[in-house]
Amino acid sequence: MNHLPLIIKREYLTKVKNKSFIVMTILSPILVIVLITVVAYLSQLNNDKQRTICILDETGLVQDVFKSEDNTTYNRLENMTLADAKELVKQTNAYGLLHVEGSNHLDSISDHIKFYSEDSPSLTVISNLESKIDKKIENLKLQEKGVDIAMIEASKTNVNIEQESFDGEKTSKIDSVVKLFFGSAAGYLLFMFIIIYGNMIMRSVIEEKTSRIIEVIISSVKPMQLMLGKIIGTSLAGITQFIIWLFIGGALLFTVSIVFGIDTSQAQTPNQQMIEGAMQNSNINMQIQDVYNSLHHLPMTNLIIAFLLFFIGGYLLYSSLYAAIGAAVDNETDTQQFLLPVMMPLILAVYIGFFTVIEDPHGTVSTVFSFIPLTSPVVMLMRIPFGVPMWQQVVSLLLLIGTFIFTVWFAAKIYRVGILMYGKKPSYKELIKWIKY
Amino acid sequence: MSNILEVQNVSKNFGSFTALNKVSISVPKGSIYGLLGPNGAGKTTLIRIVNQITMPDSGQVFLDGAPLSGAHIKDIGYLPEERGLYKSMKVGEQALYLAQLKGLSHKEAKTRLKYWFERLEIGDWWNKKIQELSKGMAQKIQFVVTVLHQPKLLIFDEPFSGFDPINANLIKDEILKLREDGATVIFSTHRMESVEELCDDITLIHKSNKILDGKLVDIKRQYKTNTFEVGILTNQKGVLEQELSRKFQTSEASFKTLGDELKLNIKLSDHEKPNDLLGYLCNQGQVSHFVELIPSVNEIFIQTVKNH
Repeated sequence: MNHLPLIIKREYLTKVKNKSFIVMTILSPILVIVLITVVAYLSQLNNDKQRTICILDETGLVQDVFKSEDNTTYNRLENMTLADAKELVKQTNAYGLLHVEGSNHLDSISDHIKFYSEDSPSLTVISNLESKIDKKIENLKLQEKGVDIAMIEASKTNVNIEQESFDGEKTSKIDSVVKLFFGSAAGYLLFMFIIIYGNMIMRSVIEEKTSRIIEVIISSVKPMQLMLGKIIGTSLAGITQFIIWLFIGGALLFTVSIVFGIDTSQAQTPNQQMIEGAMQNSNINMQIQDVYNSLHHLPMTNLIIAFLLFFIGGYLLYSSLYAAIGAAVDNETDTQQFLLPVMMPLILAVYIGFFTVIEDPHGTVSTVFSFIPLTSPVVMLMRIPFGVPMWQQVVSLLLLIGTFIFTVWFAAKIYRVGILMYGKKPSYKELIKWIKY
Repeated sequence: MSNILEVQNVSKNFGSFTALNKVSISVPKGSIYGLLGPNGAGKTTLIRIVNQITMPDSGQVFLDGAPLSGAHIKDIGYLPEERGLYKSMKVGEQALYLAQLKGLSHKEAKTRLKYWFERLEIGDWWNKKIQELSKGMAQKIQFVVTVLHQPKLLIFDEPFSGFDPINANLIKDEILKLREDGATVIFSTHRMESVEELCDDITLIHKSNKILDGKLVDIKRQYKTNTFEVGILTNQKGVLEQELSRKFQTSEASFKTLGDELKLNIKLSDHEKPNDLLGYLCNQGQVSHFVELIPSVNEIFIQTVKNH
């Protein structure tokens, strides 16, 4: 008798009707949005802070480079000793004092600059000052050698290389960024999905063990069916939750940015900084056009199909392992020892994805790890937007499916024996023995 | 009478541990069959094999003449010793789910559940969660779920644990009624008085081997020692006691009486008849007590296990 639909239905409904699930579904996006808003707001607040920096330039050569800006006011101090200047800065509660020691040689000026302040100054402030002084001294030196600064300025160029494939498709740097974005989003989504819902499956297996209902159930259902039913039911609940999150999150983000006028992109991630880095050179209109173009250039059909296959394959592979772990132990505290070896390849995959694939999507490391079944779902998903030959995708997928079948068989063995074992926490040796039962 | 369940030479090993060693049992249709044995003897493994939870290493199992297969799941109702229900699921939903797993349609399951819930007077529990019920209440629901699909073969592992005497009695009557309706019951328990009361046949498993089986009356006949417990009112207790111990094999007995009787256990040899003993005793005084000592299941259990 095929009870799979019945089991899936029960698993799904119990998950979805569970109070903590409902609360999490509604609360999580709110919490995340609130967090993002607070971070964005705070970083804005920080940027808005007014600073006064006093300058005591005994050489009189560099001070004219400091012109007051939006958030920073520069006060030039003249004709006083360093001690007096410090005292004054302290009294006026200014942010700090930049002291350029008197010197006749341009070369030695740079060695005699100091910044005095109450607390240790912020890194951005210091590097800002440094770059200003660097530039000034450089110019002074050039002038000393008789070079016309205006000529140098005029000779500066800004090259933006246009990229085009042999087939005549135009690409740009934006392209890589968009690909990167799609790849990381897919890989990261899978990673999160496995961790959240894998754990949920594991807990639900443990619950059946601790409530002692398991023996009643498997006198009517094959353990394999029960395990698959659990995995599928929980996944459907997970997809439901994800979709709700997407909607609530999107709506909230929209509302928040309108109501508070906070630019949420202020909370920058390294990825976003890269995007901006790539975008710096071109103007806004071009950019939008480029993003649009690069979306067009993405192998969309391939991307979607591969995403579905690798996502499902990877997720089932890991969740069957989670189910086996749940069956092997009696309570959640005992799971750690078994979770570690399962988590390792997963985390490895994400790191390889973020560090290696971004650097060189078709390099040896990325290619090899996009074939190894435990890491392939995440790594391959990240590589695919950059264009992976079809044979590689197919081979990787076949390997994944093969491993998946093996893992499910293996997990089902452990599951079958484990669900009836109570009390003792099994060792790895015992788990191997169970397979032979 | 044919057998509903035939287990033939079933063995099961877990690694180097032998849980069952060539065990064969035959359960007659319509009987209540006691499956006895000390803890860890292999009873649960045997029951799990019958339920197709574990597969035997060798040997065969036949249910109603056919080799055990997936189609038999709906013919068996199993109440395991380690039992429980989903704690956060509602009673009704849960019972429906479990009944559907046994192959009942949603509608059919609902009708039958309503009937059973009313019969056991637990109708108002339908929308309660298991965690709100006491252990005994949950056990009742478990019992209903086990018998709901009207299986031919019912397997109860310690069915009375967790019940108060009133509910235990209620469940016992239900089991007897199920048997009347044509079901066969396999009954695994350590409570020998219920075996004594309910079982027609028993099997004793010890250290993975079957060491005794058969009809309970036959076994008792086999284990009886021809010993009679007697009580006589007489003025010359000492004389009579000496007289009797010379003629028969006697030992002291203790049971409750109203008078000051001479109380003895008298063991007869194979050619001596109880009637002769009784006739002799009647001449010695007033006989107030004359009972054949029938070995209890408890005694048979302990004696057989010790001898192995």
